[in-house]
Amino acid sequence: MEKFTKLSGVAAPLPLVNVDTDKIIPKQFLKTIKRTGLAKGLFYEMRFDESGKPKPNFVLDQPAYKNAEILVAGENFGCGSSREHAPWALLDAGIRCIVAPSFADIFYNNCFKNGILPIVLPKEQVDLLMDDAQRGANAVVTVDLEKQEISGPDGDTLRFEIDAFRKHCLLNGLDDIGLTQQKAEKIEAYEARRQSAEPWLSA
Amino acid sequence: MAQPRTLFDKIWDSHLVDRQDDGTCLIYVDRHLVHEVTSPQAFEGLRLAGRKVRRPEATLAVPDHNVPTTDRSQGIADEESRIQVETLARNCADFGVPYVAMDDVRQGIVHIIGPEQGFTLPGTTIVCGDSHTSTHGAFGALAFGIGTSEVEHVLATQTLIQKPAKNMRITVSGTRPPGVTAKDLILAIIGRLGTAGGTGHVIEFSGPAIADLSMEGRMTVCNMTIEAGARAGLIAPDETTFAYLQGRPMAPKAGRWEAAVAHWRTLPSDPGATYDTEVRLAAGDIEPQVTWGTSPEDVVPVSGHIPDPAAVADVAKRAAMEQSLAYMDLKPGTAMRDVRIDKVFIGSCTNGRIEDLREVAALVGGRKVADSVHAMIVPGSGLVKNQAEEEGLDKVFRAAGFDWREPGCSMCLAMNADRLEPGERCASTSNRNFEGRQGRGGRTHLVSPGMAAAAAIAGHIADVRELSQ
Ligand code: SF4
Repeated sequence: MEKFTKLSGVAAPLPLVNVDTDKIIPKQFLKTIKRTGLAKGLFYEMRFDESGKPKPNFVLDQPAYKNAEILVAGENFGCGSSREHAPWALLDAGIRCIVAPSFADIFYNNCFKNGILPIVLPKEQVDLLMDDAQRGANAVVTVDLEKQEISGPDGDTLRFEIDAFRKHCLLNGLDDIGLTQQKAEKIEAYEARRQSAEPWLSA
Repeated sequence: MAQPRTLFDKIWDSHLVDRQDDGTCLIYVDRHLVHEVTSPQAFEGLRLAGRKVRRPEATLAVPDHNVPTTDRSQGIADEESRIQVETLARNCADFGVPYVAMDDVRQGIVHIIGPEQGFTLPGTTIVCGDSHTSTHGAFGALAFGIGTSEVEHVLATQTLIQKPAKNMRITVSGTRPPGVTAKDLILAIIGRLGTAGGTGHVIEFSGPAIADLSMEGRMTVCNMTIEAGARAGLIAPDETTFAYLQGRPMAPKAGRWEAAVAHWRTLPSDPGATYDTEVRLAAGDIEPQVTWGTSPEDVVPVSGHIPDPAAVADVAKRAAMEQSLAYMDLKPGTAMRDVRIDKVFIGSCTNGRIEDLREVAALVGGRKVADSVHAMIVPGSGLVKNQAEEEGLDKVFRAAGFDWREPGCSMCLAMNADRLEPGERCASTSNRNFEGRQGRGGRTHLVSPGMAAAAAIAGHIADVRELSQ
């Protein structure tokens, strides 16, 4: 997993609530057996009409936001299906950070596994960033994970909260599985305890 | 005396492998369900890192999302779908994971076959790369959906890195009025909580109206818990649970059965256990429900009307409502019963079980699906299909003009060939009415199986209570 330390990039506004993962990447793109190449399906139905022609107004297709790395969104972002294709598609399109007043649990989790930083801020603060993000190519926002700070184009700085362990993993690009495998002895001890307490669980 | 604990606390405590100082926990996973859509990249990850599946026998895999619901003898026509299903079969063979193939009579939707096989057991932790894993909470199992990276983590280590959830209890008192089903209870609950109301929580459902539900009904309730944003739903195991499980192929066998049941009886929340959030509803106040918008929280009683965004103060909410109504092509103030429909879909992991099909058969016998409607019934598994055919339900359905199909996810998410055309409107027993969910431009109204049957016959949203008279 790629590390996430500090990011300065254009923030794109997506002022919608309950953006579900079907919307982020619709089902026809879930038939892949790869993690890559999903940007083409990102927000597909908002970007393309029924015949596959690009629609004119989608934010990430505007010249000013083509290289956006940060997305500012409404409440309950990423609700619905558990598909990790949603963060994969965002990442493939260059998005490394999403700011919203709240996220759905599974999506939130999935972001961390892919080096994407989801930031929860109070709604009033997200509204301020949303205004900043409306400034097109000038909407440069800086995110500093170490300091847990995010600053807008005018330099005003907001602090965000994040779980210490998740922060540590993102900062260092750590692989969860490798970390857990270091606890193999504990897992074995647990399995032995469980085998005697609830023997019916194994065939 | 020990602190009283909730059902969730008990399962959590008994699955703790490790707890770091910052509260991050490693929890053990007893059961892992796998399907073709969210697993290929996980197996690929194992391969790249040279890792094995730690406990293949704790895993059960089945293809469901991409399978055709018509004749399967020719395989899958769509190439990408076929490759995805073949990839699952190959991965299971390579890693020694038990696999239920498409032509196996036990094949079906992953959340239907887990319980059916007795793979789902009380007091266990169950995960799957699928948000509706919450279904299994009906058995008093802590069951939740995970992403593909976590699927890989579970395959490799049989554990997950987690933080404990908050406890919420929803108590439903009284008895359900006639025509009001488990689906209506959960839709009414989601309407009350909102789609983010359960975020960060595990919801335990309790009270007489819950205890009174069959296992099928309990699964319907827990299935849609995720639609309220909760991590999982839970219902305490009881005699209904044990009776359902006894004799199932993968349930504990005689000799171990008694010890298992004795343990399961200790699982329900202790008297005096406290919850972070409590919600109370009276079943008697609930009518058959129907959604009008593009989020499961957009729900009204069937006697109700399409709400008016102008009455909503919150700007973002009002905008979302206006967008929903535009997508759904509906006008504020319209009576729900005046909404005409083109298609009916009965099935999915929410309502594709035998009890659901019996409910529909009881209502449609001797009646006809409206000429303007195409109504399909997709059983949740091969075993549900066989059971229905043994009971002669398929004949009732066919005589009434329903399209009786092979098992799978089907038009719940339209990954296979079953889908709505742009502009088509559907009364559906599935769990999501998101834009495009059942096909691009398709419009979904979530309802119970009985309400779907009533709509099929009337050609518009109709009150099941009038049909059953
Ligand atoms: S029936 Fe629908 S909700 Fe259930 S697993 Fe299949 S696609 Fe998901």
